[in-house]
Amino acid sequence: MIWNETMECMDREEMRKLQSIRLKRVVEHVYHNSPFYRKKMQEMGLEPGDINSIDDITKLPFTTKQDMRDNYPYGLLAVPHSEIVRLHASSGTTGKPVVACYTRKDLSIWAEVTARCLTAFGVTKNDRVQVSYGYGLFTGGLGAHNGVENIGGMVIPMSSGNTAKQIQLMHDFGATALCCTPSYALFLAETIHNSNIPIDEFKLRVGVFGAEPWTENMRKELENKLHIKAYDIYGLTEVCGPGVGGECECQNGTHLWEDHFFPEIIDPHTLKPVEPGQKGELVFTTLTKEGMPLLRYRTRDLTHLIYDKCECGRTAVRMGRILGRSDDMLIIRGVNVFPSTVESVILEMPEFEAQYLILVDRVNNTDTFQIQVEVRPEYYSDEMNKMIALKNKIAARMQSVIGLKPDIKIVEPRSIERSTGKAKHVIDNRKFE
Amino acid sequence: MLIKQLSIFLENKKGRFTEVAKILGDAGINMTAFTVSENSDFGILRLIVSDTDKAIKVLRDKLYAVSVADVVCLHCPNQPGALGAAMDIITKAGIFIEYMYAFSMGDAANVILRPDNVEKCAEVLTANKLQLLAESDLYKL
Repeated sequence: MIWNETMECMDREEMRKLQSIRLKRVVEHVYHNSPFYRKKMQEMGLEPGDINSIDDITKLPFTTKQDMRDNYPYGLLAVPHSEIVRLHASSGTTGKPVVACYTRKDLSIWAEVTARCLTAFGVTKNDRVQVSYGYGLFTGGLGAHNGVENIGGMVIPMSSGNTAKQIQLMHDFGATALCCTPSYALFLAETIHNSNIPIDEFKLRVGVFGAEPWTENMRKELENKLHIKAYDIYGLTEVCGPGVGGECECQNGTHLWEDHFFPEIIDPHTLKPVEPGQKGELVFTTLTKEGMPLLRYRTRDLTHLIYDKCECGRTAVRMGRILGRSDDMLIIRGVNVFPSTVESVILEMPEFEAQYLILVDRVNNTDTFQIQVEVRPEYYSDEMNKMIALKNKIAARMQSVIGLKPDIKIVEPRSIERSTGKAKHVIDNRKFE
Repeated sequence: MLIKQLSIFLENKKGRFTEVAKILGDAGINMTAFTVSENSDFGILRLIVSDTDKAIKVLRDKLYAVSVADVVCLHCPNQPGALGAAMDIITKAGIFIEYMYAFSMGDAANVILRPDNVEKCAEVLTANKLQLLAESDLYKL
C-alpha cells in the first residue's frame, strides 16, 4: 500500500523540478527570516537569486550540530514565536539539547511523512498501534502518535518503561503493531518469552523500529521472537523526528521522503558530494519546513543512497543501512560498534546502572573489547554463580544487539567516573600508525 | 538460630580487602569469620561481624556494595565423621548448600552454611539434636 502515490512514485525528473522549486522557496524564506542563515549566505557572497535549481544546492552553506548548540535554543527560528505550536528536543548526551520548533504546517508534514512510512509497513486504519517510544521532548512518541492518527489507526500511547505493564496491555488491548527502539523491542520480546503469556496470544504483526541503528541479525531475531515483520523508520530531531524515511515491504533500503527532505551524501573530510551510490555522510536540506528550516544539515550518519526504482513501485530514493557515525563510531574486529547502542542495551536492563565505560585495545593484533558496568545495589548477590549469570546475561544481550561479544567487567559501585559535562564512555587505546 | 552474614563485592584490585578491614577496625567492629570467593575479575567477601547493622552503614557510606544473607552456624565436635553425619541429614532433607566455610578450635568445630532454604536447614538440624550457634554465641568465640 502506498499513502501518497503522487509523491512517493514521482518520475525522478519531475521530482527534481519539484525539489528545485521548493529549494528556491526555502532559501528565499531563510534569507529573509533567519538572521543566522542570512549571515551565513552573506559571508559566502550568496543571494537567493543564485539558487535556481536543486543542482545549486552545493553552493549553500552547511549547518552543523554545533551551529544548533551555539544558537540554542531559538537562534535558528525563521518565523515569529507566535507561529510555533510545538517544541521538541534531543536528549543531549553531549551537553545542551538540540531544539526543534514546529509550526502547524510543519506538524502536518511530519504526520504526512510518518503516514507514508506506516502505510509502507502495511499498517492501516484497522491497526492498533502501541507507541512505546518515550512521549515528551523526544520526537519518537508524539511523532509516531500523530502518524498513526493520520492514517486512522488506533494509538495505544504507552510511552516507554514499565515493561511488565507494556506486555500485559499489548496482550489485553490486542496491539497489532509496536513502535519503539529495536533494542527495547528485543527486551520486550525476551520478557514475553519469560512471562507466562504464550506469544500466540498476542496479535502483533508489524514492528516499527527506529531511533537507533540496528542490524539484519536484530531484524531476524525480532521477527522470529515476536512473530512480526520488522521495519526501520528513520528520523532525527533536527529534521523532524521519525518519518524522515522508512522501509517498504521489500525491506531493502529506507525510502527518504525527498519532496520534503533533500538528501545528499558528502565526503566528511573534503565536504564535497560523493559519486551517486558511494558511501559518505548524510546531509539533509528541509525543503518545506517553516519553523526551523535547515540548509545542508550534517547528520554525521554514514550511509549511501540508492536511486534505482524500488520493486515496491516507489521511486523515492533509498538509504542503505546506517553504517556508523562520522564522529563516534568504533570499528572493533571489523564490526561497527556505536556507543549509543551499547548504552541502550545497558539502559534496558534493570540490573545495571546507566554508567558504563567501553575499553578498546589491541593485543597480539586482535582488538579487545571490554565494557565496564556497575550493578545496581539490589542486584548484588552473595552467590558467585548469580553474579556470573548477570555478567553472562548482559554479554549475551550485547552480542545479539551489536554482533560482537564483549568482555563484561562488573566494577564496584560508583567506580566509573561520573561527569557533569560530556560523559566519557569510550577509551580506545589502539594505535593505528 | 539464623545468623546475618554480610557479602561485599570487591574488584580484584590490590588493597581492597585491606581497606574493608580498616573501615571495620576504625568503627570498632570485629570480624568473627570470613571467606572470599573469587574469579578473575572480582571477589565476594562474606563475613560475620560483631555489629552487622553498623558494619552495613559504614561500608555503604564508603560506597561498597553490601548485601545481607541468613546463614546457620553448626557447632559440632572436632572429630572424624561429625560433619559427615550433619551433612547427611541436610542432604536427606533435600536441602542444597550454596557454599560453606568452617573453622575449628580445640574440641569444637564451627561450620557456616548457606543453604538454599535456610529456615528448613536450621529446623532439620535442630530436630536432629545438632547444636546451632546464635549470633551472640559466635561473637563470644
